Amino acid sequence: MANRWETVIGLETHVQLRTVSKMFCGCSAAFGAPPNTNVCPVCLGLPGALPVPNELALKLAVRAALGLGCTVHPRSLFARKNYFYPDLPKGYQISQFEQPLATAGSLSYLSPDQGIATATIVRLHVEEDAGKSLHDRFPKQTAIDLNRCGVPLIEIVTGPDFRSPHEARAYLLTLKQVLEYAAISECDMEKGSLRVDANVSVRRAGETALGTKTEVKNINSFAFVEKALTVERDRQIAVLEAGGTVAQQTMLYDSKTNSVRPQRSKEESHDYRYFPDPDLPPLMLSEEFVAEQQTQLPELPAKKRERFVEKYGLSVTDAAVLTAERAVADYYETVVHAGSGADAKLAANWVMTEVLADAKDHGERLRVQPGALAGLISLVRGGTLSHQAAKRVFSEMAEHGGEPRNVAEALGLTQVADTGVVAGWVSEVLGAHPTEVERYRKGETKLLQFFVGQVMKVSRGKADPKLAQRVLEERARSLGDLK
Amino acid sequence: MTEVADALASARAAADRLVKAKRLNACLTPAKELRKSLLAQAAAAHPSGVLYGMPVAVKDNICTLEYVTSCGSRILEGYRSPYEATAVNKLKAAGALIAGKTNCDEFGMGSSTEHSAFGRTLHPFDKTRVPGGSSGGSAALVAAGAVPAALGSETGGSVRQPASLCGVVGIKPTYGRVSRYGLVAFGSSLDQIGVLGRSVHDAARVLSVISGRDPKDATCEDRDSLRLPNVPESLQGFVIGIPKEYFPPDLDPAVRRACDRAIRLLRELGAAVRDVALPHTQYAVPTYYIIAPAEASSNLARYDGVRYGPRFDGSEDVRALYRTTRGEGFGAEVRRRVLVGTYVLSSGYYDAYYRKAQQMRALIAQDFRNVFDRGVDLLFTPTTPTPAFKAGEKIDDPVAMYLSDIFTVTANLAGLPAISVPIGRVKGLPIGGQLVGQAFLDDEMLEAAYALERAVPAGEEA
Repeated sequence: MANRWETVIGLETHVQLRTVSKMFCGCSAAFGAPPNTNVCPVCLGLPGALPVPNELALKLAVRAALGLGCTVHPRSLFARKNYFYPDLPKGYQISQFEQPLATAGSLSYLSPDQGIATATIVRLHVEEDAGKSLHDRFPKQTAIDLNRCGVPLIEIVTGPDFRSPHEARAYLLTLKQVLEYAAISECDMEKGSLRVDANVSVRRAGETALGTKTEVKNINSFAFVEKALTVERDRQIAVLEAGGTVAQQTMLYDSKTNSVRPQRSKEESHDYRYFPDPDLPPLMLSEEFVAEQQTQLPELPAKKRERFVEKYGLSVTDAAVLTAERAVADYYETVVHAGSGADAKLAANWVMTEVLADAKDHGERLRVQPGALAGLISLVRGGTLSHQAAKRVFSEMAEHGGEPRNVAEALGLTQVADTGVVAGWVSEVLGAHPTEVERYRKGETKLLQFFVGQVMKVSRGKADPKLAQRVLEERARSLGDLK
Repeated sequence: MTEVADALASARAAADRLVKAKRLNACLTPAKELRKSLLAQAAAAHPSGVLYGMPVAVKDNICTLEYVTSCGSRILEGYRSPYEATAVNKLKAAGALIAGKTNCDEFGMGSSTEHSAFGRTLHPFDKTRVPGGSSGGSAALVAAGAVPAALGSETGGSVRQPASLCGVVGIKPTYGRVSRYGLVAFGSSLDQIGVLGRSVHDAARVLSVISGRDPKDATCEDRDSLRLPNVPESLQGFVIGIPKEYFPPDLDPAVRRACDRAIRLLRELGAAVRDVALPHTQYAVPTYYIIAPAEASSNLARYDGVRYGPRFDGSEDVRALYRTTRGEGFGAEVRRRVLVGTYVLSSGYYDAYYRKAQQMRALIAQDFRNVFDRGVDLLFTPTTPTPAFKAGEKIDDPVAMYLSDIFTVTANLAGLPAISVPIGRVKGLPIGGQLVGQAFLDDEMLEAAYALERAVPAGEEA
């Protein structure tokens, strides 16, 4: 039934800016402090207190806007969004309404449906967060924590550009990647530093007018984005197929039951009575200020991916893996450069396998210094270490640090390239496998690899495998047989 | 040692005078607390400060660490601010003694100090009359000689109007000259802390101390504190405009006579006097009564009984808590303005009211610029259309009450500095004349005010 319907989704993403202090006061914006400890007269909304904008927050907001290709307006206005709620101490939230910070941007992302796609960014504005109401902390009472109150946010609004829940998710992941790259936000949905609301509607395939939309809220993890949107999409289709109409309302997603329910009408239908905040003069951003933020913007993931393909000869897939996180991309490039032209592809393989696997098990820390990894790779290339041995050295360095050569020697893993020693191991192997020797003699030459493997085993990985092979071949040639 | 003794003597004398003025209901601070605090402050004050030992009373809507800050409202009854206003902090740093909190119309909304939850303040010369408002308590204490100066605050004339009615000097500086940090907001784009004083000099000294940049207020200009001008020998070179809109045909003839006399004296002092026009003046009061309530409706949303102040019962749900707390905690005038303000900001009405009022505000400010651009330095007008009126006379007629600010609201709408100076008596009651200056030329305005004050026989019937 779903393919007779087209889904239309637009996203409003709230992102916490990575500042030390709050948007309009000097309080810490850190997550996780004991309730109501990061507060002052300003963020408590005490009588007579006044807001003063945080300059770093404005810088980060402008960088986000530039990173998303928006037009940053030289003059924008802070506005008050008025509503009553116990965790909103001033009775209004300072936001932007008419004349936001930035408009008209775009973000291209890899759509699972249609390849490279572009989402339009309608607007990006700055605002402050509200506090937190805890309804389950004390029985029959609501507790309020105002630590989050006044934390700086940007809201990024897209057009109704996504045609499926997984497309919306793909956009969101790309957005997260860009914001993390530019160190604008930590984008941690679990800590609330990235929150997303979605406008969802459906229409019959081929129709151009938009259907009635609902707003889906309370999606508090990346894992739920797709689920929540799918549930709401399916609900709307079911309503329409049954001959009903979709009511324009706010739907709350419940991840425990994977369902949506309408927000009580008492909780919504706000007339926010927006008006310019008289406590804050119009925000004037000079050309120099904006240009300075442009220079502070790092190379963003899409650009970096293209460059990795071109400069290091990597496949698009490998480049995508390596550029998914800025820290990994930077690490990779450091390894390549530290190795004075170390094989870029070899380095890519090491980073994608050993390094990422180790990071995954250790809180995303990149434990081996990039210089050490470069050294390790060159030991492999120079024949001092086998690949197997190098992996052990890597683990050792990850746990205890150290220089690759020292670690390898300490572990007794340095490859033995002494022909006499290797020849001894060869004799030992041949003596231990008379049947295989016999079969080889009868023409089963592919068994040579078996003997090389046995030499490696006997030498506990220390034999230089190329040397072992050469010794084996010589033995065969000079004696006519292996005896 | 003698300096400290002087300050202690000053504190004691001020406490005595404030107790003596108790019958006016101008000071909200209990006598015992006031005396104790004054003595403690005197002992701690820095003898090097330019206001060392000077008692300064502070309007109840300005946050102090010393006393309750209730804004004349039930909803903040007993509220003690954990921080103090920048202006108060600067006064203390200059050695001044914070001499109690003064009565006012609730949150500054009113022109008679009758809209205080703690009872009306009496006019110091006629207890049947009002001292004006909303800074009526500050004006009455200065007029009664209890303190040489007091802080007030203005949104539409709340310093100048009571100054005129009580026969004292009242200055409203340029918007952005004094930090608003710690001034409990009413209409943030109009609010400014002002000073009431026995003389231009007393008021100007205090203003100079409290003025200047404050990183805690984004609307406070990044400027040094105000320079105190010298008393000029003459007003040679000053061009003073007389805007005809401020002298309507039905103006009280005695008020007109007092103004005419003041204008004559300004001319005799050497000023060139010129008739000018401010054509949008007639729209000032309606414009003000859209913008100020709109901002107030938002500024007063925080008084909801959730975090501080009394919580009136209504515990069944949070909406009921808001309703009862705000319904019972706010007085009638505040509720009226919150409702008007909520209405004019509502979707569907915003363009017709709030946006239009902002456009009109811009035209009113442009009127002033046009006049100043044509070589006029200052304007002279009556401060109020009448002297002090009877208590109860206007309490049930909000429009009549609003019209007592008709000559003062324009300076707030345009953000300009203005001062009221006593210019005579009308049937025994004081009346003030107003000088309006150019933005951030507060010192020039003070210079002319010095000269006018010296020349005018303020105690004489006009």
